[in-house]
Parts: sequence; structure tokens; C-alpha cells
Amino acid sequence: MTLAPIVGLSGVEPAWYLVLASLIFAIGAVGLLVRRNPLVMFMCVELMLNAVTLTFVTFSRMLNDVGGQAVVVFVLVVAAAEVVVGLGIIVAILRKRPAATADDLSLLKG
Amino acid sequence: METFIFLVAGAICIVGALGVVLSSNPVHSALSLVGTLFGVAVLFVAQEANFLAAVQVIVYAGAIVVLFLFVIMLLGVDQAEELEIEPIVGQRAAALVVGIAIFALPVAALASTSWEATGALANLGRLADGGPDIEALGEVVFTRYLLAFEVTSVLLVIAVVGAVLLARKSPVSNELEIEGLYEPDTEGPAGESDDAEATP
Repeated sequence: MTLAPIVGLSGVEPAWYLVLASLIFAIGAVGLLVRRNPLVMFMCVELMLNAVTLTFVTFSRMLNDVGGQAVVVFVLVVAAAEVVVGLGIIVAILRKRPAATADDLSLLKG
Repeated sequence: METFIFLVAGAICIVGALGVVLSSNPVHSALSLVGTLFGVAVLFVAQEANFLAAVQVIVYAGAIVVLFLFVIMLLGVDQAEELEIEPIVGQRAAALVVGIAIFALPVAALASTSWEATGALANLGRLADGGPDIEALGEVVFTRYLLAFEVTSVLLVIAVVGAVLLARKSPVSNELEIEGLYEPDTEGPAGESDDAEATP
């Protein structure tokens, strides 16, 4: 069985939202692997989080259940806390050496 | 109509996501990220999650991206990064393979599913019973997920305390977090590096 056509009985088929979300997630993952600027890597993590929230909202609509949207609220809170702490760490690192990349943080390498 | 909205917002999302990854300047990456976040907010509205769309715009585009831009401007790291150099040979090709695999796996699962749910629905609250989504959402968050909601307040307090501790410029916090991370022997005087090595 293949993916249904993009237009279903009631608007867009939900599967296409999931395809879009997995595409955004994959782009964010590739960016996280390729980029070396810690700030840009952090933005790629945000991209991946957003893709996952999109899937939660899509499933919430598919199943006609508000639980998925409740999870998205908590994901938003966790993302905000993560950004605050992560940017604090990045500021502490880059203040000493503005040109630092992720490769320079090799303290744990034996 | 929803198809049109989906196609436009999806195109904005993908272009923004590619912009985040491919821009050599971090400021351009942050601005592309705003595009993706707005696109996702539009898709939330298209799926009748109006409250989450508003929160998405306020929290993400209004607070998080501004925080990113603030850090970029504060540190002055807004110069373009050299993207032509590939520090590890074959890294980009390998990352591309991983990305295609990450994309292909859910799509293959979607294409092969028959959409037949197994088990009962969770029955937390119905969205289509009429009434705005924010009522159903508030009811679930403040009854079923009350403990999780309270834990998030603790999490936010911890995040604030951690950010203040990381950002302040006292000798104690510098010793705690930075001293080991940065070998001062490249720029600093020799005495500093001796101190850093002597610290267990």
C-alpha cells in the first residue's frame, strides 16, 4: 500500500503532515551532524523538536484526542528551559574564545 | 483550501530548515529558523490547534529566537563561517546518508501502514466535541497532567538558577565550569595554566 493522495475526504491527509515533519527532522539531524558552530547546532536541535511537536499535533487531530496537544505544551516548556541553560553554557564558552567550534570542546577525550 | 495552506506552509518550513543548515552566517540561520517556526505555527492553525500556534509564535519566535540573536550579537560571532572546508573527510556524505535514512524510515512505515489502530483510545478529552481547543487542553493539563505541570515549574526554576549561575562572572563559577574547558596555555600567562593543571 502506498501513501494516499494528498487531499483526503476532510482536507489534507494527516500522513502528509507526518512526512513533512520527518523531512524537517531529517534536515535538523543532518545540520546537527554537519555544522560546527555550537549556536547553529542548537538551532538544529530546535528544528528537530519542532518536527516532533508537529507530529504530536497531527496525531492529536487524527485520534481526536487532546493528549497530544498537552504533550506539546510540556515540550515547549522543556525546550525553553533547554535553550536557557544551553545558551548559558555557550556564552560561558564563547566568551573566552569567540571562534570556538564544537571540535574544541575535547576535554573529555582521554 | 487546507491543501493550499499545507503546501505553502510546508514549503516555508522546508526552505527555513534548509536555510538554518546551509547559511554560513549564524544570524541568517536564526532568521531562517523564524521562518520554519512560523510555518509550523500555520500548520498548527490548519490542524485546529489554535492555542498551541499562539504559544509557538510567542515562545519560540518571540523569546527563543530573540535569545539566540541576543547571544549572537552579544558575543560578536556573527561573522560568516567557512563552510567549504570539511574537517573530517567523508563526514558530510555520511551525514547525508544518515539524514536520508532518518527521513526514509518513517516514510516507509507510513507507506506500509494500514492505519488500523490496535487497543483502545486514551480518551483524555475529545477535540471535535465543539468548544475551543484551549478548554479541552486546559482541562487535561490541570487534571490528568497536574503533576507533570507542577514538575515543569520546578524545571523552570532550576533553569533560571542554572542560567544565572552559568552567566555570572565570579571566580567561583569560573573555576567550576570554565577553567578546565579552556586550556589557557595558548593565550594566557604560564602561571594560569599551571594552576589549571594543578586543580584536580
